Amino acid sequence: MSILVDKKTRLLVQGITGNEGLFHTQQMLAYGTKVVAGTRPGKGGEWVLDGKVPVFDSCKAAVEATGANASIIFVAAAFAPDAIFEAADAGIPFIVCITEGVPVQDMMRVREYLDQKRVRLLGPNCPGLLTPDEAKVGIIPGNIAIPGNVGVVSRSGTLTYEVLYALKLVGMGATTCVGIGGDPINGTNFIDCLSMFEDDPRTEKVVMIGEIGGTDEEKAAQFIASKMTKPVVSFIAGQTAPPGKRMGHAGAIIEGGAGTAAEKVKALEAAGVKVAKHPEEIPSLLK
Amino acid sequence: MKLHEYQSKQIFAKYGIPIPKGQVAATATEARQIAEELGGRVVVKSQVLVGGRGKAGGIRLAKSAKEAEEVATQILGMEIKGLPVRKVLVDPAANIDQEIYLGITNDRAARRPVFMASAAGGVEIEEVARTNPEKIIKVHIDPLLGLRDYQARDIAIGIDLPKEYWKQFGDICRGLWRAYMECDATLAEINPLVILKEKSLMALDGKMLLDDNALFRHPDLAEMRDVDEEAAAETEARKYGLSFIKLDGNIGCMVNGAGLAMTTMDIVKLFGGEPANFLDIGGGAGADKVAAAMRIILSDKNVKVILFNVFGGITRCDEVAKGILAALKEVKPTIPMVVRLVGTNAEEGRKLLEDAHMITAETLADAAKKSVAAAKA
Repeated sequence: MSILVDKKTRLLVQGITGNEGLFHTQQMLAYGTKVVAGTRPGKGGEWVLDGKVPVFDSCKAAVEATGANASIIFVAAAFAPDAIFEAADAGIPFIVCITEGVPVQDMMRVREYLDQKRVRLLGPNCPGLLTPDEAKVGIIPGNIAIPGNVGVVSRSGTLTYEVLYALKLVGMGATTCVGIGGDPINGTNFIDCLSMFEDDPRTEKVVMIGEIGGTDEEKAAQFIASKMTKPVVSFIAGQTAPPGKRMGHAGAIIEGGAGTAAEKVKALEAAGVKVAKHPEEIPSLLK
Repeated sequence: MKLHEYQSKQIFAKYGIPIPKGQVAATATEARQIAEELGGRVVVKSQVLVGGRGKAGGIRLAKSAKEAEEVATQILGMEIKGLPVRKVLVDPAANIDQEIYLGITNDRAARRPVFMASAAGGVEIEEVARTNPEKIIKVHIDPLLGLRDYQARDIAIGIDLPKEYWKQFGDICRGLWRAYMECDATLAEINPLVILKEKSLMALDGKMLLDDNALFRHPDLAEMRDVDEEAAAETEARKYGLSFIKLDGNIGCMVNGAGLAMTTMDIVKLFGGEPANFLDIGGGAGADKVAAAMRIILSDKNVKVILFNVFGGITRCDEVAKGILAALKEVKPTIPMVVRLVGTNAEEGRKLLEDAHMITAETLADAAKKSVAAAKA
């Protein structure tokens, strides 16, 4: 078992003919993900990657022809909100947006619209997700994780890879690893993932990787305390981050004294979560 | 991106919000000329991108043009929280009956814009939020619908604004909403919005923060960035697409990925060191980017050691290693360097760096410990 993606995922790649889109489609296919279609307006009717994947002009046409049930977006930030709306309107229930740098007001409108349509978005500004040996939807390197019983959810990219790798080194694997992204407003949050991991029979433990900015970790702590039976181990990045500065991710900023790592650690520990001092401590805390 | 008060107020004026008829001066002589043209009492206001200007003595009243020149001379020679004052705004003094706070910001948790207003204006809203939270009215706006007229009325009623001002207040709310939307602001704030003795409303002070991610569709606003106000290294980093923030320590950090870059700082501190910076070189770090990052780190004379921490995912470690070698040839640093390469093609990357006399590390903790030791040596 896993969450969000598995062997039945039929993936559509929006922006499949761009450098990023093409490269990662190849990687996802090599991992065994069922990439059934791609879109690029104006290139409908063509095929990419030696005839492996058909290209369509629109999401609607791609869905009608291939029955795609998930989409991943690699288009530039200026066009990403439109790509999300298009996928949602084509009836795709799960959309992953890798694109970094989407304006935050666009994201507020996107989120409002998707909530009304009951469509789930992961990201933007995220590495996507990986269910080891079943499906890779995104850019998480497939070779750094093995299947196992740990659910992983994170706001970061490379930091998540560190954790997956540290787990693999001691023979621990993941059910699904979900990168929710580093933007202040995103589609799927910690609680969404924690709740799915709680319900997933294969997942026995959960790792949650947070960072400074916002209050999502604090809300997750409340959820863990009141709703979760499975043990959660956490790490929060940004202990040494100065206030008022955006630490790379658009959402990683301490504003008006709120969103500090110390507050998040305190809330999580109060909820019974073991918080690692550094990422390499996580495997031992899971034992 | 932060805008100065005078820039924010110019934008407000475009959206029909009444502002004082002041002008900006870079010299005391200019300040006197502006005061002469305005006539009467003026306020001379330092234009720096930090709060607390008033308390620091950066906002002063002048009764005459001559006094405006004297005050401007003093203010233009000041530093406020480390930032030298390069410009002053000279505004006519207003006859104030009441000060109101009115602002729009993004409510992350609610995922919506929120209007905030308070009859206790003139002081920092964070201060009001701490001491008298009940005095702040909050109205969330549906991002698909925008501000509704009744909501502007609700805000006016919420702050006990006398009925005779409702219409003008509604116009100001709508103007502020459009300014916030159309400029892709993350904050648009009037503090104070004043009721003048002449029985009308005016925005005496203004502040706007813009979404850096949206500047691509606002070239006119992007040009308003005041690079004098940020550390030179941060301006340089932006040119190369690097995310860089200077800190006070002596261990320079070069990392791929924002989360890992923060974690690297944290772990340096955890093992008794002090990070000199946050630096995310991003994915696909080629030689030019690595060299630029190295130059930026080395421009800080406090730096005693550089720590490279790269987790190769899609970015391949051998390519990063090549980038480091090319950068070393160009920059020729004389301080010790600790390098940790893990993930895709890490072995090849390490081989490439064998002759570069770098200290190598296997784990994050190991890399941090070695950097701390090298910085203390």
